[in-house]
Amino acid sequence: MPKLTIDGIEIEVAPGTSVLQACEQLGIEIPRFCFHERLSVPANCRMCLVEMERSPKPIASCAMPCGDGMVIRTDTEVVHKARKGVMEFLLINHPLDCPICDQGGECDLQDQAMAFGFDRSRYAENKRAVKEKNLGPLIKTFMTRCIHCTRCIRFADEIAGTPELGATGRSEQMEVGTYIEKAITSELSGNLIDICPVGALTSKPYQFNARPWELRKTETIDVLDAVGSNIRVDARGGEVMRVLPRLHEDVNEEWISDRTRFACDGLRRQRLDRPYVRCDGKLRPASWDEAFAAIAERLEGLDGSQIAALAGDLCDAESMLALKELMAALGSANLDCRQDGAALDPAARAGYLFNTTIAGIEQADAILIVGANPRWEATMVNARIRKRWLMGGLSVGVIGPNVDLGYRTDHLGAGPQTLQELAAGDHAFAKTLAKAERPMLIVGMGALARPDGAAVLAAARSAAETFGLVKEDWNGFNVLHTAAARVGGLELGFVPGEGGRGTAGILDGARNGEVKLVWLLGADEIGADRFGDAFVVYQGHHGDRGAHRADVILPGAAYTEKNGTYVNTEGRPQRGKQAVFPPGEAREDWKILRAFSDRVGRTLPYDSLEQLRGHMAQVAPRLARIDEIEPAEWQAFGKAGKMDAAPFASPVEVFYMTDPISRASATMAKCISQIVGEGEKRTGTDG
Amino acid sequence: MLADKDRIFTNLYGWQGWDLAPARARGVWNDTKKLVAMGRDAIVEEVKTSGLRGRGGAGFPTGLKWSFMPKEPDPKRPSYLVINADESEPGTCKDREILRFDPHRLIEGALVSSFALGAHACYIYIRGEFYNEASNVQKAIDEAYDAGLLGKNAAGSGWDFDLYLHRGAGAYICGEETALLESLEGKKGQPRNKPPFPAGAGLYGCPTTVNNVETIAVVPEILRRGGNWFAGFGRPKNSGTKLFCISGHVEQPCDVEEELGIPMKELIERHAGGVRGGWDNLLAVLPGGSSTPILPRTQCESVLMDFDSLREAKSALGTGGLIVMDKSTDVIYAIARLSHFYMHESCGQCTPCREGTGWLWRVMQRMVKGNARVEEIDMLLEVTKEIEGHTICAHGDASAWPIQGLIRHFRPEMEKRIRAYRDAAHRDAAE
Repeated sequence: MPKLTIDGIEIEVAPGTSVLQACEQLGIEIPRFCFHERLSVPANCRMCLVEMERSPKPIASCAMPCGDGMVIRTDTEVVHKARKGVMEFLLINHPLDCPICDQGGECDLQDQAMAFGFDRSRYAENKRAVKEKNLGPLIKTFMTRCIHCTRCIRFADEIAGTPELGATGRSEQMEVGTYIEKAITSELSGNLIDICPVGALTSKPYQFNARPWELRKTETIDVLDAVGSNIRVDARGGEVMRVLPRLHEDVNEEWISDRTRFACDGLRRQRLDRPYVRCDGKLRPASWDEAFAAIAERLEGLDGSQIAALAGDLCDAESMLALKELMAALGSANLDCRQDGAALDPAARAGYLFNTTIAGIEQADAILIVGANPRWEATMVNARIRKRWLMGGLSVGVIGPNVDLGYRTDHLGAGPQTLQELAAGDHAFAKTLAKAERPMLIVGMGALARPDGAAVLAAARSAAETFGLVKEDWNGFNVLHTAAARVGGLELGFVPGEGGRGTAGILDGARNGEVKLVWLLGADEIGADRFGDAFVVYQGHHGDRGAHRADVILPGAAYTEKNGTYVNTEGRPQRGKQAVFPPGEAREDWKILRAFSDRVGRTLPYDSLEQLRGHMAQVAPRLARIDEIEPAEWQAFGKAGKMDAAPFASPVEVFYMTDPISRASATMAKCISQIVGEGEKRTGTDG
Repeated sequence: MLADKDRIFTNLYGWQGWDLAPARARGVWNDTKKLVAMGRDAIVEEVKTSGLRGRGGAGFPTGLKWSFMPKEPDPKRPSYLVINADESEPGTCKDREILRFDPHRLIEGALVSSFALGAHACYIYIRGEFYNEASNVQKAIDEAYDAGLLGKNAAGSGWDFDLYLHRGAGAYICGEETALLESLEGKKGQPRNKPPFPAGAGLYGCPTTVNNVETIAVVPEILRRGGNWFAGFGRPKNSGTKLFCISGHVEQPCDVEEELGIPMKELIERHAGGVRGGWDNLLAVLPGGSSTPILPRTQCESVLMDFDSLREAKSALGTGGLIVMDKSTDVIYAIARLSHFYMHESCGQCTPCREGTGWLWRVMQRMVKGNARVEEIDMLLEVTKEIEGHTICAHGDASAWPIQGLIRHFRPEMEKRIRAYRDAAHRDAAE
């Protein structure tokens, strides 16, 4: 533990701490541009220079490890002069076009120029100008503003694992770019915008749209995958302008995926802003009363077993609970939150959670990925695996699609057979797993959402037991979800009750006429032709697959428009907050269900969200313990049986479009045409 | 004047062949085995005794540098010697002559020095433009392998040693030791931040010593004749012989090996045939390559060519490449040209150097014409001070010093030019 003196204050720090970090611990602010605590340290901006005793020159505090007996001064003439000098150098070739720069108001250079710069320029020569570069549909460049801190290059190399950015040329002519102009292919590319300290890399969809001081900022939770990334939604008036990451060390650190960030323009398109009722085969606008009346009329005389409900992937726990209780009041046990038919056992928590936790990945020393493509299904989980991989000593085996995950993997096989061989110890990777002290198994929906899912789950469990994945202080068995609502639904028991039908049963029943009414709560992943002649009520926010098939549409609220609880793949309940109001006549989902229950005379016993939450805390106490993970007890789950030889396929075919919101997003569509479909042949009329 | 018998580089002018047989006739490879047999510690001690200081420009004591290397290398992190043959300093051409005409002296030095550092592998990073030199060195390496002087049990010493030649791609900054290592590793040649120093984590993260060609080439001779012999030349802490390169406005530009501490005037008059038009026609000298601050004639009269004397004169010995300028020189233009060089060769990594060198050059361009205000001379000086000492490597300092030297000694000249320009402008306006 080195002990040093900073500005006359003695401090003891952990070995390896840099002088800059030690200063921060003391609350002394050191200006910096290139330094980022999650990236390597190039020490090239020279803004963080401080004086060190016995050093003839000021030192770069970000790169200097603390040593015993060091004497550091941060508030001297030399330091001030150095900072002023560096600031002046940074500004001489910076365009100073703040009034038209999207970074204005949240720019490190602007802020630090205020604090450490001169009030006027002494530079009378011509400034440098750099050609703009096209980095694809997400990132807008303005390379003249670049201050060459190289954060973006290091982020792409280190965190994202896509070394596509680099510096070419030298001296003033040095330019950051992609060598050959191309779109950046990383799913984390939006974070480049955040780490760029100036306006060189800004958001293309958001360009010239708003100023930071006009925005209303709401701290909430993302639902476009099951990670539960912490986000901040910036809105102006009734419109979500952008989504930014929020720090949560155990979930997303300070990054988010591009879908989380850029799909928000989908919230403005294809919205259901009024109820609809199908008359003569056509959907016609209706009032709430008419819509409720249409459903109530259809419900009349139906037995509970003829009614069913399916919850989609983006639902909040509150509305799922309300729907479950409405169904119970109507006498139906036909409900399911697993619209993809994933063979998850709601009775065994350990069998559907990411038990290791995302932060726990950093302790793992061997990972077996079965039927998942974490890079697309849960980008932040993949980033964590890469972070662990960079620390060294991690082997990763993959059974399923052989894709580039951004780190080295051993592709063991494509289907269940390999899993069996591995469990029997016939594979080289079996030794790796057996030797590992903290081995992990990640089972994706690609392995579970198939007819033999229960057998695969059982095989995965037995492999976990064979290789000692579950120990006293370590649970290495993990299910990687893709739906934000899934774990919440399972925790609430939004699954078939006694004698009730599950997803497959409901669809079969609908086809053969045994199920007459299906209530879809944002369930959009089921093909329209699979409901037979059943009367379909669609409650949701987007005119997507579910709404197309619906007989009655009840316009609900998207995740930015309601207060809701979401449980991520680790079993971590988190609260999303309302940032804007639902459009038009759309309402928060639990309110719709409460109103309808009143209409059919089976009033649900809550009049406010607080009451509903209080009730939920009794039904599922875990959901009230926000941001706490309760470890699951290991028990039997899955059903041993014959497994199909078909290879596992990831449920996410295209990263950029997985749900009604991202499917409605123009930005995501551009990503598909310019990043995924790059190089495809186009017809002459394209564009 | 250095006696012929005390010269180390006896084929400096290429009067004999450069290959193995003539090199052997000059005494190179003479009982190298015995030098290695002295043992690591004894070699390092002898080099310390000799007072040898790095010949690349910074003048760091070589023996001390060597003693930073691990005594018991970790087999997973082998030690390396890297020889810096990226000689690009304007006004300097000493290593070139060694590489051209005496490569075996360097190769022998590489073996002995590597042994002293515990290195089984050594890399020579040679300037890309040195095509013929690289060709000679490669041929010499091949000859040495064929003769059993390199490879397993090199020269019968019992030490396994491999030597590799790597050609640079033409960047001045790759002569900076850590940028050189980056370039050698296949990355963009940008200096690394220190600490860690190369002796701790250098090439591929392993302990590495980077030495100049001349430094390594003199080591075998020091060991043969003894450190005290070498220390007998020059002044304390500034001992030994040194290659000087004299260029510019002299009668006979030349390379010459001389004792450190020889008076500059004697060096120029005796070896370079004196300043063109006589000593009184001398304007100024850049004493050690382009980055060392300029010295006006008055200082050149008395200054000694060694590390400490030149430092007292607020300049530096640098590489020992003297650029002599007579009174026909436009000294402001000369320094402006250097500013352009430093701007062009800045690696672009750290802010003060990347942005500052361009600023300096642009202001210097105006100073050449006199299209400036007198206050801008002070501003220029201040900008150099903002660059100096604030950068990762010494390139920032090197770009600042020539201008600081110019302002220190030739400020009246600069002011005169500014006034002349203003007067001419006024005259034009009046007409």
